[in-house]
Amino acid sequence: MTAIVTGVGAEGNIRAEPDARIRIGRWIILLAVLLAVGRFALPPSLVRPPEWLVWPFADWINFSFNFVKDDLGFIHVTRAFAASVEWLLDVTANLLYGRNRWPRIGPIPWTTIAVTAAVVGYVLNGWRLALLSGGTFVWIAVMGQWRWSMETLSVIIVAAPFSVCLGLVLGTAAARRPWVERLLNPILNIAQSLPHFAYMIPVVVFIGVGPKAGAIVTIVFATPPMIRMTLLGLRKVPSEIIENGHMCGATRWQLLRFVRIPTARTEILVGVNQVIMQCLAMVVLASFIGMPGLGQKLLQLLQALKIGRSVEIGISIVLIAVWLDRCTKAWAQRQPVHFHRDSTWLDRHRILVVWVGLVLLTLAVAQIWPIADVVKRSQALTISKPLDGAVDWVIVMIDPATQWLRGFLIRYVLIPMRDAYLWLPYVSVLLLLAGIGHMIGGMRSALVCAAFFGLIAASGWWDRAMITTYMVSFSVVLAGVFGLPLGIWAAGSKRRSDIVLLVCDTAQTFPSFIYLIPVVMLFGVNDVAAIGAVVTFGTVPMTRYTIEGLRSVPESMLEAADMSGASRFQKLLNVRLPVAFPTIMVGVNQTVMFSLFMVIIAAFIGTQDLGQEMQRALSSTDVGKGLVLGLCVAFMGLMVDHLIIRWSSERKAALGID
Amino acid sequence: MTRTSAEPVILCERIWKLFGDHPDRYFASLTGTPDYEKIRGDGYIAAVRDVSLSIAKGEMLVIMGLSGSGKSTLVRCMCRLIEVTAGQVRVEGFDIGGLSEKALIDLRRSKMGMVFQNFALLPHRTVLQNVAFPLEMRGQDRVERHDRALEMVRLVGLEGREEYFPRELSGGQQQRVGIARSLAIEPDIWFLDEPFSALDPLIRREMQDEFLRLQELLGKTIVFITHDFDEALRLADRIAIMRDGAIEQVDTPDRIVLEPATDYVRKFTEDVEKARVVHATVLARPLEDGEASDAVRDGNPIPGDSTILALARQLVNDHREFIPVADANGAVTGLLPRTEALAVLFGEQP
Ligand SMILES: Nc1ncnc2c1ncn2[C@@H]1O[C@H](COP(=O)(O)OP(=O)(O)OP(=O)(O)O)[C@@H](O)[C@H]1O
Ligand SMILES: [Mg+2]
Repeated sequence: MTAIVTGVGAEGNIRAEPDARIRIGRWIILLAVLLAVGRFALPPSLVRPPEWLVWPFADWINFSFNFVKDDLGFIHVTRAFAASVEWLLDVTANLLYGRNRWPRIGPIPWTTIAVTAAVVGYVLNGWRLALLSGGTFVWIAVMGQWRWSMETLSVIIVAAPFSVCLGLVLGTAAARRPWVERLLNPILNIAQSLPHFAYMIPVVVFIGVGPKAGAIVTIVFATPPMIRMTLLGLRKVPSEIIENGHMCGATRWQLLRFVRIPTARTEILVGVNQVIMQCLAMVVLASFIGMPGLGQKLLQLLQALKIGRSVEIGISIVLIAVWLDRCTKAWAQRQPVHFHRDSTWLDRHRILVVWVGLVLLTLAVAQIWPIADVVKRSQALTISKPLDGAVDWVIVMIDPATQWLRGFLIRYVLIPMRDAYLWLPYVSVLLLLAGIGHMIGGMRSALVCAAFFGLIAASGWWDRAMITTYMVSFSVVLAGVFGLPLGIWAAGSKRRSDIVLLVCDTAQTFPSFIYLIPVVMLFGVNDVAAIGAVVTFGTVPMTRYTIEGLRSVPESMLEAADMSGASRFQKLLNVRLPVAFPTIMVGVNQTVMFSLFMVIIAAFIGTQDLGQEMQRALSSTDVGKGLVLGLCVAFMGLMVDHLIIRWSSERKAALGID
Repeated sequence: MTRTSAEPVILCERIWKLFGDHPDRYFASLTGTPDYEKIRGDGYIAAVRDVSLSIAKGEMLVIMGLSGSGKSTLVRCMCRLIEVTAGQVRVEGFDIGGLSEKALIDLRRSKMGMVFQNFALLPHRTVLQNVAFPLEMRGQDRVERHDRALEMVRLVGLEGREEYFPRELSGGQQQRVGIARSLAIEPDIWFLDEPFSALDPLIRREMQDEFLRLQELLGKTIVFITHDFDEALRLADRIAIMRDGAIEQVDTPDRIVLEPATDYVRKFTEDVEKARVVHATVLARPLEDGEASDAVRDGNPIPGDSTILALARQLVNDHREFIPVADANGAVTGLLPRTEALAVLFGEQP
């Protein structure tokens, strides 16, 4: 109740200024509409970005890249680094799947790895996680995917520690020195909104293709979230704890090592979780630059439309994702528990002893029965036959429906929409965005919006960017259409929301690639499939934040509404949704980000947007072009991010919630 | 009564601490002694305002004041956890503002200990490891610091919980861990920021006794912050009363209640029962020549280090106009005017 009262007060105070903002914004939008309506009368240089506006960014980037690479000899540095990464990759490859490299003792029997995973799962979170961990590896082995999975995992094992260390160092530096933070912040913002492919091209130039390139692109891609979380964690350490460190006479290093980092443990481990999930997402995608493993198999099978087999691989990837996520999350949340004082060494290390016992047992068993050592292809099970059968049956059943839907969407929605976006003169798009920006955040936001899209116009990829924009905006609308009602329904009861949130959490851990399997299955390889994947991927955050927003509405507000005699529907419309709206908009923000990433990835099932050009740049290793395209995507994301964050924080302040 | 010797261990010379955007620049622009409200109007908070203070070796100084009056900040200035905006702090003669990082670390490792208001325990360490932390920083070897830490844990009555983690302890238990930790290195100078706030009355009393014992025994210099006047009376050699960052009065408890320097101090001590604070010696007037033998002849003297409250029955029954007061050795040192003592006892204005 108090929150409502203060909310009104706060809104009353800031009323005057937004009014002017909105009025000016409306005028700008009106101008944009007028320009669009009068398109035929416009000079061509206001319809399409003219030649003189397009700057050769790509050439400049290529030039400076070559300068750094050859003239400064940076390539030797990267080569040396790549060599050490390769050495580590070889060691893990030998241990995990017996590649013939030093130390030549592998492969470790799959049963040993499975029991080790189970024990780790048990230590972290009890029996259920133990079952999930052990089960994941049993599935992988039994389905004959051991080698590919281990190829994928070996990269994660090598790349994740690099990312974590790099992130810790940079995050610590940023926490200690404000100028480092000021420098890193914009870089991180852009890095976290660059699509995956934009990272791959420079790596291909410096390192080439193959596992080590895959590992290095993974390291680079996974570092930003670690920096962010380290910074956040170190910032949150209570000042008294640090002062106590000072009073105990700790040196700077001791303070960092014994006080700051351990106290920031939870955030740092959440960072580790994010690193590992990013690694997995990237490793799977790195199949585009010749990274062997599950991703490559999936890519081949999908392109050959072998649905049954790709589903099998998909299940493995999903299992690995869920396993990694659950384990690292459990690790982050684990609080130390003390042992009883009189407990013996055996009591304290019971699990260690059990593990050693199990390892010895499995090693012995593997000597006796080779199948416990390595499951050969011929021995592996497969469910692809019945799966294919089932899929075929389903497809035959629903084919008329999907056919119709596909035709309808393409003819009456997608193509007209695309044409409309392409028809718009670029000046009116810029003005429209500036107008929206002005309405939300005044002059500054208007300039930010116009600048981001102005740069896209100046990059020379306006038409492609418009196609991406149309796909993303259509997908986001659809994601809202599905996600919002689903979220509202789920938020109705605690049980429902718990279940749906769990599903969303799990779905968010899947590498984006996975989402392509069902849509390719249903729609084949075309625009509709791409949109389908984007929508599915984007619905997840939408649903999630809707639930979170609705569930976080303060109880007192609902009681006040009840006392005023509001019906359930009135309550939803007048109290719950308005209060939850800022949170829901954060969901929209994520949906936009997810959609942008997914649209680019979906390029390989045939879209004609920035993603397709990026794939071309990747195959011709054109760094400049790739980066320019990547930045175009990043700018779209950053613009939306700017607007939504600006709007929702102002709104939250006005509502008196945070 | 006096456990102190003259040489100051901590000397604050006109120190200031301002919080705000550019405190140094702002301070330089100040002229004269501006008041709290003016500084506040300019967007700065004067957490410590022109404080001069000298604390002698073996003294226990208690700082009191309302919440936000700058007590914690003053103490943080004394150990240079925060830099002063102006003025100088000398610890054992050295200007600690000028110490190098290394010298400062050495000073803290060997001389200083602090108990924090919010305990400041390391969440990932057990009770024992928390207590051993300062020893570990000094590089003491494992066995030694384990034994020492165990001893301290026992001292604060947490035996049997050595292996617990802070989140498994109650507030009072956590606070005791903080106390044990600060005791572990046997500091000469000890800063205690509301160290007993979360303790129950019984343990609080035990801890106070333990502190008094340590101080008596080892001659520690202690700066103690509390909101509890009774606690201050039990412990303090001198009490400093702060208001809006400035010290209103520093004096012995007797004089604070008998002769408050400002109206603020008078109001602050209004509710204190004076008879419990004031000692017989303080009220007694010194002997004049030749009076000594008369006084002794006049009958039994009363002990000077007792409070008026403790002597209440005797004062009421004794009808002498001047009652001789003796020191700890039994030598008569002064004469206590009975009417004045009774006025204090019954809370009348003298
Ligand atoms: N780091 C800081 N930044 C800005 N202002 C501060 C800071 N630390 C303290 N202050 C301000 O300085 C003033 C004195 O704070 P201090 O913590 O010394 O009070 P205190 O007397 O210890 O109060 P309490 O009894 O509640 O512990 C307060 O007004 C506080 O808001
Ligand atoms: Mg304080």
